Amino acid sequence: MEITVQEFKHCDMITIKGRVDSSTAPQLAQALESANDGGKYKLVVNMADLEYMSSAGFRALLAAQRNCKRYNRGEVVLANVPERIREALELAGFTELFKNFDDSLLAVGHF
Amino acid sequence: MQSVRYAAKFEFLDEIREFVGDIARRGGFGDKDVYNIQLATDEAASNIIEHAYEDTADGVLDLSCGMDRNTITIILIDYGISFDPSVVPLPDLKADLSERKIGGLGIFLMRKLMDEVHYEPRKDKSNVLTMIKHKR
Repeated sequence: MEITVQEFKHCDMITIKGRVDSSTAPQLAQALESANDGGKYKLVVNMADLEYMSSAGFRALLAAQRNCKRYNRGEVVLANVPERIREALELAGFTELFKNFDDSLLAVGHF
Repeated sequence: MQSVRYAAKFEFLDEIREFVGDIARRGGFGDKDVYNIQLATDEAASNIIEHAYEDTADGVLDLSCGMDRNTITIILIDYGISFDPSVVPLPDLKADLSERKIGGLGIFLMRKLMDEVHYEPRKDKSNVLTMIKHKR
């Protein structure tokens, strides 16, 4: 798994590449936490190049959504969620907890 | 059935997914089913590593997988603390953000993604988790 962070005027975009499972999810959780530590609570998680995510990744996203929403207009939104991952998120009942954009720039524009 | 013994460590989840994914793919499962079989196996293995061996550094996980006509069978055996998935409460998928609990989600996914999930703690201290999925 690889994570890159891109700063925009009104939000940060965190792009995850590869596979998120119990082995790599702590890195994702840490990237999301360090955004919060840096005062960033508006986050786009770009999944365009994500191949796989288990519930360990879902847990990291849920924790981040909780942290971000504690702040004024803070929010985690998802962009370019691959079909298989979207289906698993749906099964887990996560789709109501995250706004979902088909395009990462639309997601950035949301903030 | 093909069998492999893994050290019960998260770093082997990639290999575990590849192992069952290859057998499912060769057995004729489509991409979506292959992904879901890999996800269910990952959740099962992750639970074993996290809960059955929570205080053990040198636990092992015996994974067997095979196709029989239209059915894939995956068996995970551990020798740690028994952990019966059927007694884990189902997550409340309608709870709002602040009340949402993540515990039990892996087991919930396993049950949703596979046709059958059985768990059997044996007298010899092994725990046998069997998951079955049929081709449609």
